[in-house]
Amino acid sequence: MLLKELSELNGVSSREEAVRSYLRGRIQDKVESIYTDHLGNLLAVQGSKKPGPKIMLSAHMDEVGLMVVGIDSSGLLKIKPLGGIDERVLLAKRVVIGEQRIPGVIGAKPIHLQEKEEREKPVKLSALFVDIGARDQKEAEEMVQIGDVAAFDVKAEEFGDRLFKGKALDNRVGCAILLHLLEKEYAFPLYYAFTVQEEVGLRGATVAAYGINPDLALVFEGTSAGDLPTAKKHQQSTRLGRGPAITFMDRTVIVNQALLDRLVETANEAQIPFQWREATTGGTEAGAINLTRTGIIAGTLSVPCRYIHSPVSVLSLDDFENTVKLADAFLKSIERKGLPA
Amino acid sequence: MKELIRKLTSISSPSGREEQVRAVIKEEIASSVDEIYEDKLGNLIAVKHGGKTKVLLAAHMDEIGIIVTDIDEQGFLRFGNVGGINPQRLVGQRARFTNGTIGVFGVEKLEENEKLTLSKLYLDIGARSAEEARQKVMVGSVATYYHEFCDLGDRIVAKALDDRIGCAILIEALKRVTKPQNDLYCTFTVQEEVGLRGARTAAFGIEPDYGIAIDVTGTGDTPEAERLAIKLGHGAAIKVKDNSLITHPKVKDLLTGLAVKNKIPYQFEVLPFGGTDSGAIHLTKEGVPSGVISIPCRYLHTPSEMVDMNDVEAAVRLAVAVMETKLD
Amino acid sequence: MNLETLLTELSNAAGISGREDRAAQIITDLFTQGEGVQWITDFSRDRLGNIILRKQGQGPHPPRLMLAAHLDEIGLIVSEIDQGFLRFSTVGGIDQRVLLGQEVIVHGRENLPGIIGAKPPHLQEPEEKNKAVKLQDLMIDLGLPEEKVRALVQIGDPVTFRRDCCALKNGLYTGKAMDDRAGVVAMVDCLRRLKDLHHQAEVAAVVTVQEELGVRGAFVSSYGLNPDLGIALDVTHGEMPGLTEYEAFKLGKGPVIVTGPQVHPQIFKTLKEAAEAANIKYQVEAEVTPRGTDAYALQIARAGVATGLVSIPLRYMHTAVETVSLKDLTETSRLLAEFIMRIDRAFVEGLKCY
Repeated sequence: MLLKELSELNGVSSREEAVRSYLRGRIQDKVESIYTDHLGNLLAVQGSKKPGPKIMLSAHMDEVGLMVVGIDSSGLLKIKPLGGIDERVLLAKRVVIGEQRIPGVIGAKPIHLQEKEEREKPVKLSALFVDIGARDQKEAEEMVQIGDVAAFDVKAEEFGDRLFKGKALDNRVGCAILLHLLEKEYAFPLYYAFTVQEEVGLRGATVAAYGINPDLALVFEGTSAGDLPTAKKHQQSTRLGRGPAITFMDRTVIVNQALLDRLVETANEAQIPFQWREATTGGTEAGAINLTRTGIIAGTLSVPCRYIHSPVSVLSLDDFENTVKLADAFLKSIERKGLPA
Repeated sequence: MKELIRKLTSISSPSGREEQVRAVIKEEIASSVDEIYEDKLGNLIAVKHGGKTKVLLAAHMDEIGIIVTDIDEQGFLRFGNVGGINPQRLVGQRARFTNGTIGVFGVEKLEENEKLTLSKLYLDIGARSAEEARQKVMVGSVATYYHEFCDLGDRIVAKALDDRIGCAILIEALKRVTKPQNDLYCTFTVQEEVGLRGARTAAFGIEPDYGIAIDVTGTGDTPEAERLAIKLGHGAAIKVKDNSLITHPKVKDLLTGLAVKNKIPYQFEVLPFGGTDSGAIHLTKEGVPSGVISIPCRYLHTPSEMVDMNDVEAAVRLAVAVMETKLD
Repeated sequence: MNLETLLTELSNAAGISGREDRAAQIITDLFTQGEGVQWITDFSRDRLGNIILRKQGQGPHPPRLMLAAHLDEIGLIVSEIDQGFLRFSTVGGIDQRVLLGQEVIVHGRENLPGIIGAKPPHLQEPEEKNKAVKLQDLMIDLGLPEEKVRALVQIGDPVTFRRDCCALKNGLYTGKAMDDRAGVVAMVDCLRRLKDLHHQAEVAAVVTVQEELGVRGAFVSSYGLNPDLGIALDVTHGEMPGLTEYEAFKLGKGPVIVTGPQVHPQIFKTLKEAAEAANIKYQVEAEVTPRGTDAYALQIARAGVATGLVSIPLRYMHTAVETVSLKDLTETSRLLAEFIMRIDRAFVEGLKCY
């Protein structure tokens, strides 16, 4: 299963090799050309000679993770987060490090030895370390180098009723959507951007958009869903099972009204469920693309995911499929009616 | 000019949804410029030819506001901020949507010492149900403060003087300029309040030789105010530094020289926070020497911003002086 | 050229972000009238004041390398004249606690020595002593009557620390602006080394401005030059009590080669190989955020630039007593030259092959 394979690959920001080479293998026979740039974005082109507007579809390959910044004399690895990780989720997790996928654990002080007040406080990142079982610094250095990255070690699987669980669904689900769209054919030039370093500041999309210079860009994302009993309705942002979430505004972009109107019109016509992303927090690559050169109209379609940026995120397979459908219907609307204006 | 300011400040056009104010400005300046166009983000760019050097003068059209994120079963609206809205200042205020719908800001019961955050506030548009509310607004609808323009004599009070006053100054300067010595790109920008976004793409397209933003700045002349050496009525402020820009020495000297030569009252501004469109303009492409003509303004980002018309007049004269000075 | 002299002159020169002209003059003199004339083929300054020192490469399509080291220093700026005393705002990240009791120079119509006074302990309430002094409670005393101050100083005038560079034991140098004048010196020394070397790459060594305000000079210069690859040269934290081993580096043990999201893996690897082949001792730092150095801007210029980052260990960053080892500077310059000798067309083409 595509999502499972993608979820289980490790591609912490700036170390996306495994995801990139997997995707390259999946798409190389299906596109007109394929190339990588100085940052490692994987860019694929279909129908470059076709008339009509140039459209960019973007999904980032990277996931949040940890970087090894030091090795102490006992052979334990000091780590810092790459991207936004809530350090409270790190305690007692399994990770794998580097291309060799060396297993390690993030240790935690046993409850027996804690002072009562310690339990009330989150553990600081500076107190966390990864134990790979090395006897000392020398042995650890034979296996791990400073700058290596660690990703969560989690099996992805179907879960509950039409749900799916795994790490890095933000944003392997976006990559999976692009792979589905690649199977189809459209009447205008399409640029597929599998980008790097989104989680450390939208860096891959910034340079990809500059290079491609499209007329319109659509970004695919996994976004946070807060549909839990502990959250009030107006603080849930998105809910599983209600279809793709459309962003009208977030911290990085205010989406062009004509683009929003077209997305809604398309969903209604094709009877695809959708929901608004009912929050203005967070950001996606649409923000970076929007401000490229003289401005590029850009929007985001997201698949709601619970427990994002943790080792176990959950999405609805129906939402995933409906996001592909809405994207497809939107692209077809461009064939019929041109760009939204 | 007060009538123009009244007209501009009475429009609700928050960041990203500037259509209405753009239409009014376009009509105001149509006969004073050689060319007008809009770019993809919605910046309104008016060109007046006069020389080889390109000078970008920018005033932002957008204002702070709110955007609806949720409509509950009783018809109450929840919202996010568009730009720097302080939740403490909203309770009891009124909002107006771009379609004219009016609402009142209310607040949930707070626990003792509980911090007031945006998520504790709601907007009441008088709807009795979600269904009734949806006939007027939807998730994604935007609104601004709803407050009248008041003429206090030399001083005026209105919402959105940040930065409709800059727009008015630029419009007035365009009407007054008789012998432009540079190619003037008077740009009414979008989305300044959410991160200087419009100015960035506008400047990329224009490739100016100089950038001058016209925008408001704070003052330190009110009771027990935060320290700031800027006073209402003491002239246009020539910015030296804020968080987005340290003014290029050439531009600072130019503005200061013109103020002295034309006997325009001015004061220097070192603002330990904030930013203007020039922050984005000066980092465009290979760099654009940039500065700011600031208008001292009390009660920034509240529904009652106050400026002094003498400072406004000074800013207009300084802008005209820049337009009529041959730059290289 | 004597490196100690250049480092001393540069460290002593005034040049807060956006007002770098006096420090820039030293570089300008060296490369337009001094010894440096022979080391480069072109000298220019862009519109924001970045100095671009170019040396041609060999062959018809030489790879284009940009080096960046920033000239600006942190400092203060006059924000108000208050009864003859000066209130001020900061330029760049300054710890207000280090300002107390410092001597400064206010660059008004003339250079005016000033003192940031401290309330004597005798006059303090007991609870005051336990709190850090706030910026708004600090003032510069010029010792002049108010009329004289108003005649000589304007709001917006820059202020620098008054602290001459001086040698400590073991080749360490301390001064007010080693961040990043140390990097500038290493870059200049690298150009000197390249004089006699035949390298393929066209080198554009950029002495950047306004780094401390958000790497602003690097944004516009990297856009303008549009290089194939870039190396930023900056400083990193030197070891001192209170810092752990992995966040601070040893002075005198060579340049720090940085890895992290802002660094291209091939450039990181080649820098290490160059160091090993030339017997240059080096240290490695993993940096998880791409921010904080000119590499941040370089990497995302236009359609992306393959970027590297080399840092010089420095103790007491952003204070008036920044301290570096001269040996680290020369070894950094040697590393850069060795790296540049390894750049050819094939290497550059490989940078896009992921």
